[in-house]
Order: sequence, then structure tokens, then C-alpha cells
Amino acid sequence: MAQLTSQTALGRLRPGRAGVLLLAAIYFFVPMGASIWFSIDDYHGGITFNAYTKLLGAPGFLDALYLSLELAAATVVVLLLILVPALLAARLGSPRLRPVIEVMCSLPLVVPVVALTTGIVGVLRWGPEYFANSPFFQTFVAIQNPDLPAVLLIAYVLMALPFAYRALDGGLRGVDVVTLVEAARNCGASYPRAVFSVVLPNLRSALLSASVLTVALVLGEFTTASILGFQPFSVWINSYGKTDGQMSVAVSMISLLVVWVVLLLMSVVGNRGRKAARS
Amino acid sequence: MTTAATVPTGVPLAPGSATVEFRSLRRAFGSTVALDGLDLTVHPGELLALLGPSGCGKTTALRILAGFESHDSGEVLVDGEDVTRIPAHKRDAGMVFQSYSLFPHLTALDNVSFGLKMRGVGKDERRKRAMELLELVGLPQRAAHFPHQMSGGQQQRIALARALALQPRVLLLDEPLSALDAKVRLNLREEIRRLQQELGITTLFVTHDQEEALSMADRVAVLRSGRLEQCATPSELYARPATAFVAEFVGTMSRIPAVRAGESVEVFGRRHAVDGTLPVAGDLEVLVRPENVGLSPAVDGPAVVVGASFLGAVTRLTVRLADGTTVKADLPTEEAAQLPIGGNADVTLPDRPVLVDVRSGAGQ
Repeated sequence: MAQLTSQTALGRLRPGRAGVLLLAAIYFFVPMGASIWFSIDDYHGGITFNAYTKLLGAPGFLDALYLSLELAAATVVVLLLILVPALLAARLGSPRLRPVIEVMCSLPLVVPVVALTTGIVGVLRWGPEYFANSPFFQTFVAIQNPDLPAVLLIAYVLMALPFAYRALDGGLRGVDVVTLVEAARNCGASYPRAVFSVVLPNLRSALLSASVLTVALVLGEFTTASILGFQPFSVWINSYGKTDGQMSVAVSMISLLVVWVVLLLMSVVGNRGRKAARS
Repeated sequence: MTTAATVPTGVPLAPGSATVEFRSLRRAFGSTVALDGLDLTVHPGELLALLGPSGCGKTTALRILAGFESHDSGEVLVDGEDVTRIPAHKRDAGMVFQSYSLFPHLTALDNVSFGLKMRGVGKDERRKRAMELLELVGLPQRAAHFPHQMSGGQQQRIALARALALQPRVLLLDEPLSALDAKVRLNLREEIRRLQQELGITTLFVTHDQEEALSMADRVAVLRSGRLEQCATPSELYARPATAFVAEFVGTMSRIPAVRAGESVEVFGRRHAVDGTLPVAGDLEVLVRPENVGLSPAVDGPAVVVGASFLGAVTRLTVRLADGTTVKADLPTEEAAQLPIGGNADVTLPDRPVLVDVRSGAGQ
């Protein structure tokens, strides 16, 4: 049945659209296919998964992957904890603050990542010296803990802010938050309960979009982590892949696969949550 | 007072209808005064319509009663208790909003049972109660539908069921029909009135549509600039408006120049007693409803017919007087046929006290 449906859908495609679709498919899949072929070619007419098996057993692979996933999860949590209450408070209590929040959230877009990182480096150099004899010294040490560098988390929150803001603001525009909260309160729900029972379920798509964009950004970010001297997955890939050509391509493929799997999982979990809420 | 209706389980839907009193209620938004000392009492089981033009304060009054708006001074009493310090979610007032306010992620059944869930009612009990309410509004077959799968009228009926689910003492309707098309609006108007009467629940209905207010309400309170102009039954409001504003806002009125003649006024050479008090100074006009204006064909009559609108049994004729004043008159359609456009006519006013106002500048 599904096959029939997809056949019918393909049959309905106009030649122009089909051409565009074909070009897009070639653009995306041909380089990927070639890369995969290169990474498994044993140069004797056969295939080998040596590059992949060596990669998975390589020192630091899992640590780097865990660090990236931890950073991604923490960034999503911190970002949503900051943005969602701020945006809801602005809509419910102070609509005049909306343009201010919009400008503030968009500011990171105009600051190049290198400039932001250089600023962070400056602060990290200056801080420990300046606060050497105060409790803040330990703070500067703690935020650079390589197991979960908070300084990287702060940088990622700033970088993801404009994208997460856009996603959430778009979701909020589609929902009459004020009326929904008032209706919920009229039904006996307190403010927090109205937000959790009524507003957030209707922002599920926006929350998911903001999370997906943030995760994609964090998993792929290289500049800041590299300059600050940390080794999340992207930095590890770069340093490890330099050892051999086949390995570097295998590393890229694994990197792509990891990002895809994470985003796919988020999407599936989000959709299941929506269906569960409706049933 | 109407006895509260029961649903099939025998549970009364409106266990007690309350008396609502607004006392010297004042609310200003910056320099704009929305309510300027509103005094109004809503009796138990009564449907009272708050009627007035945009910005007159009717919605503000309703929102203060619901707990969504604060007030500057005054009191809002429900059964003698000042509710202004009680948070909105504990006010015991069900509300139907102007915009569709159903929770989009919940089915009709879950929407109706939402309030019961907030009150900690068990799943089976709230499901049973919600189904009863859906039956009450005639939509049990829509229980599993989401709001986006229902029409506007159906959504507002579900919203009504949701507002009634907690058996509130007061039902608040904030222009619930304004987003609906004319036919659905008419049906839902009757439906709301039927339910309100069956349940005997004290209801405040905000509207700017005078026809809606007059056809549904037990009493109508006309507001202007945050103040109560008049609160009366629809028939009294229409027949004996207290002020020129009420007279012109409720129904159609023509203003005809009049001459002061002692304690009465003279119009078209005839003296008329004044309904109310005669303004102390200024040029005068009498206010007359179209059905109270008499027209008869007369070759040298002072009025010229300039327009005719067929309304079924009656036709509304518009005539122009020599000074440019236009007057509307409703005549039986057969009589109106005797007065062609361009023809002259005599104008007569009823032999009863007329409402008099100071001349407003441009005649109508």
C-alpha cells in the first residue's frame, strides 16, 4: 500500500521538479557514496572496514564522543531553561520587552566565533591572575574542567541563542499563549501548571526544533573548542583523521552518522511524545 | 430563580447561582480610564449583558471579575465576598473567551475534563462528567476530536461545556459569538440562552452587538466611558432609554430639531411632553425611533422621501426635511408604496413624551 502511494506520488512529480530533486540527490549522495567507497576500498578490488574498526577502537574516541554529547545535552537544557521562561514572561507580562529580547538574542549572530573565543581566552588569562587570592580563582579553574568544560558550555549557549530563539519565537507566534494560560487558570490551574500542562505541550515542535538546531551546532563546533584546548568529537576527528587519508574519510562518515542518529532519535522521541500526549 | 438543571447522573450542574456586585469599580490604563466607578448588581440566575462600544470598559469589568485584570479601587463581590484578592484559578467563575481558547493538544473530552483534572477528580469520574457535559451541549460524538477538527461553533460549545465543568457560581461570556458566521451565531445564541435558563446560572455576557444583547439577556447594562449609563430589561431599554447615548446605541434613532416651549417642546408645530428632564440651555432635538415616526403623502409636505429599504413586513423610508435633517420612518410595506422616492410627505410624531437632547451639530 505504502509502495503504491509512493509510486503514485512519484508519478505525479512534474519533470521540472523531478529534475531538481535528481540534481539535489546527486549533489548530496554522490560525494557521500564516493567517500564511503574510498574509505572501504582495499586497493585490490575488494572492500575492507579496517579504517572503521581501527577508528572505533582508537584512543580518545569514546571520551570525545561522550564529551560532545554531554555538552550538547547541557547546552540544550541551559538554553531552554533560560529562553523559555524569558519568552513566556515577556508574552504574558511585558510584551514591550519582546523587541529587547529579540535584539539581545540576535547579538551573537554579529559577533564572529573567533572574536567571541578570543574574548573568552582573554578573560581566562586575566581572571586567574586577578583573582589569584580569592575564591573566584577556583571558579576559573572549575569552568575549565576538561571533563565538562563550563566555559565551552557558556560559549555554546551564546552561539546557539539566535537559532533557538528563532525556533521558539516562531512556535510562540503560532499559539495564543495569553488566552491559553487564562483559559487554563480559569479551569483551576495555577500559573506553573498552566505553563506545563497547556503551553509547553503546544510548543513541542518549537522546543524540538530549538533542541535539534542546538545539538547540530554543538556537535559540529570546532573553532572555540580547538582554540580553548578542549577535545570534543569535532576536535578529536580533526586531529585523529590527519594520520591517514582513508581514516580521515572514515572519521567524517562516522561524524555524519553520529549527528544524524542523534537528530533522528530526537525527532522520533519528540513525535512519540506528541502522540502519547494526544492519546 | 430558576431551579438548577441536572444531567443524567443527577448531579446538579450549577449548584448555586451567585449575586455579583461591582461597587465603585475603577481601573485606568495609564491615562485611559477603562472603568470609572462602575456600580452594578447581577442577580442570582440572571443573564446580564454588558453592552457598549469598544473601549467602554465592559471586557475590563469581566476580566476583573475573572481575576485576569487588577483594579485600582472599588470592590467586586460574589455572594457578598470581595473576590478581588482571590487568584484567578480559585475564583469559581467559568469563562468562555472571544477567541477560540480550546487547548489544541487535547481532545474535546480532555478539554472539558481539564478543570476536573486540576481539581484532582479521578479519571473515571471526570470522563463521565465530561461526557455528560458534551451531551448537554449536543456534541458527544465529537469527544475524541481535536479542536482543529471542529468548526468554530462547535469549538465554542465545547468551550462552554469546559466552562461549566467545574460547576461555577458565575458564568462569564466574553463576546463568545463574535468570531462566528451569522447563522451559527444565531443558533449558538439560542443554545446559550437555553442552557443558561436550564442551569439557572448567573451569567455575564459581554457584547457590542445590541441585537445579541437584547435578544438574550434578562437585563442589559449599557456602559459608556467606563460608567453605567442604564441597566434595564431589553424592552425598557428600547422603549424608555435613560439617556440620548443609550437611545442611539440601542436601536435606530432620528434626531429632529425642536423648539423649547416652556416645560415641553414643539416639533412640526405640535407640542410634546418631555420624557425626563429638559436640558437647561442649548438648542434642542427630539430623538424618535423609526417605528414612532408617521409619514403620509402630501403634495406640499415638509419632507421629501430620499430613500427606501425593504425589510419584509415593513419598509424603512428616509425623508429629508427643509433644513437638511434626515429622519427614518418604518411603515408597513403597503403604506410605504404610497410614498415614492422624490415625493413629499407630512411627518408626525407620536402623542407621547419624547426624549430630548441638546443639538449635536450634524443632524441625522
